[in-house]
Amino acid sequence: MQKVIGETKKAFLTGNEAIAWGCLAAEADMMFGYPITPQNEIMHYWTRLAPKYGKEFLQTEDEISAGFTVCGAIQSGIKAFTATAGPGNVLMQEPFGMAEGMRLPFFAIIQQRGGPSSGTVIYSQQEVSLTCYGGNGEGHRIVYSTATHQELYDYTIKGFNTAWKYRFPTYLLGDGYQAKMREPLEMYEPSERGIDIIKPYPLLGLEGHIGTDREPQHLRNIYSMEEELYDVVLKNDADYNSVRQEITEYSEFNCENAEVIIISHGVVSRAAEDAVKVLRAQGIKAGSFRPITLRPFPREQLLAVLEKSNAKKLLITESALGQLERIVKYEIYGQTLPIETLFMPGVGIIDYDIIQKIKSII
Amino acid sequence: MVAPATPKSWYLPSKPHKFCPGCGHGIVLKALGETIDELDIQDKTIFGCDIGCSLLSWDFLACDSTQTHHGRTTPVMVGIKRARPQLITIGYMGDGGGYSIGSQHLLNAAVRNEKVTLILVNNTNYGMTGGQMAPTTLPGQKTETTPYGRDPEKTGYPTKGPEFLSELTPDGAYVARATVSKYKQLRRFLRNALRNQIEGNGFSFLEVLSTCPTNWRTNAQQTWHFLEDEMEQFFTVGEFKTPFGKGDK
Repeated sequence: MQKVIGETKKAFLTGNEAIAWGCLAAEADMMFGYPITPQNEIMHYWTRLAPKYGKEFLQTEDEISAGFTVCGAIQSGIKAFTATAGPGNVLMQEPFGMAEGMRLPFFAIIQQRGGPSSGTVIYSQQEVSLTCYGGNGEGHRIVYSTATHQELYDYTIKGFNTAWKYRFPTYLLGDGYQAKMREPLEMYEPSERGIDIIKPYPLLGLEGHIGTDREPQHLRNIYSMEEELYDVVLKNDADYNSVRQEITEYSEFNCENAEVIIISHGVVSRAAEDAVKVLRAQGIKAGSFRPITLRPFPREQLLAVLEKSNAKKLLITESALGQLERIVKYEIYGQTLPIETLFMPGVGIIDYDIIQKIKSII
Repeated sequence: MVAPATPKSWYLPSKPHKFCPGCGHGIVLKALGETIDELDIQDKTIFGCDIGCSLLSWDFLACDSTQTHHGRTTPVMVGIKRARPQLITIGYMGDGGGYSIGSQHLLNAAVRNEKVTLILVNNTNYGMTGGQMAPTTLPGQKTETTPYGRDPEKTGYPTKGPEFLSELTPDGAYVARATVSKYKQLRRFLRNALRNQIEGNGFSFLEVLSTCPTNWRTNAQQTWHFLEDEMEQFFTVGEFKTPFGKGDK
């Protein structure tokens, strides 16, 4: 395998460029994509880099086709992927549903933009519900919400491995800010960090002569009987729950003795941590809890943080009108802590906003 | 009793098949099975089927098979072919899946000259959902959503797939329309549609005029009459574009 990165190096890149390099480092074979802002540069960098490493790209007629060509390519045994945003994420729920129904190791990058409808091409955290629970299914998906360019690189590599290991659709949920801004990061060969890249394998077009060496593969996502589907969904759910704890990731910051805990995800969590530093310096005991996996959500970990802290209040803040809040409320059902909110749909949140909000509620 | 010959590439545990009596799918799939046998491509064929009656073919063949969503068979087969060009990919769909909900995929796959073989079975209605108007429903034809007959003033004229696809595709493509009433010709067109992919010439598309007595509410005689005297008059049978000689008009 040709080394992509070689020696570990510092880089100063846009997020989309970091993701394209991450895809190469993860040994992805082929991207299928359709233009939509703010994910376009993932395609732009991939199409420039891919031929140098024997990789392929196809620009499809729409996001539906991009998603379904990925489904086909994955079934034939290559590491294919796509990237999209906003209305493209809406269209891709159909192929994501096929991936969920057929347990395909589908990895996609979502760069959130404003909504509803065409919204803005800039930034939001409004694709949380769609990415976690979209489609006519049960949300058997894995969603990483990244906060830094280092994480864009790290979780692109990890996302492919997670998809191919567990065979649930896996998403890197970024946003337009992360996509477009430049930031330093360290790029490395996964092997240098002890990361084994999981090799793809075919579900169709298998070796051997049908009839003598093996039976034909008959893959499907539709069932004649209610009970057949029931068994499939329950098995998927049991599989999901059996690996939930090993997939779940989170981070906490200054939660010990915190009287107020800020819950946020993605790039907003950076503002939350900055706010905590300022507030602590002013004698206000604040802490920050950040789910890295929105699906599966770190429920037990959040409950443990609430238990060990001195929290009297929670503040949930996000660049959406309560999409994270709904998940948190569901996950910690039974807790009696008052919950305050700072919602700024489609708009960036900085430490100042959070500091002012905290001061107004304590 | 002598049992009819069964193609080697048929998957016997799924037989007898589940298509309605008098349905043309069985004829198309028998011809397809025989063609796969003749070309000796069973082990490297990936068969993909749509939603609708074509879905009932999901385990019909003893070939690796995948079933997709309504209209999405074309991109799935394109993805497989792009990923592993040595495989022979056959997309199998109805007129609704191909010409209506999946038309943007069909059109763009043709323009890109994707090296897949697509077989579209045209029975002039949505069979699985109970006989609604399809893009191919003939003028005046009664369906569940055109109970007084299809009015072209309101719903347009039937889609003529091979006609527009032959205009969209570059040289190397194969585009034809067959009918289940002419079995030997159907076999010949299927052979050409698959040979074209095996040789890597380009996009291959075969529409097959077929029967749906259940939703047409016709007896055997009326069924054959509608196929031969109505459909085959409206939809020209023949090869519209072929790298193999002048084509069968």
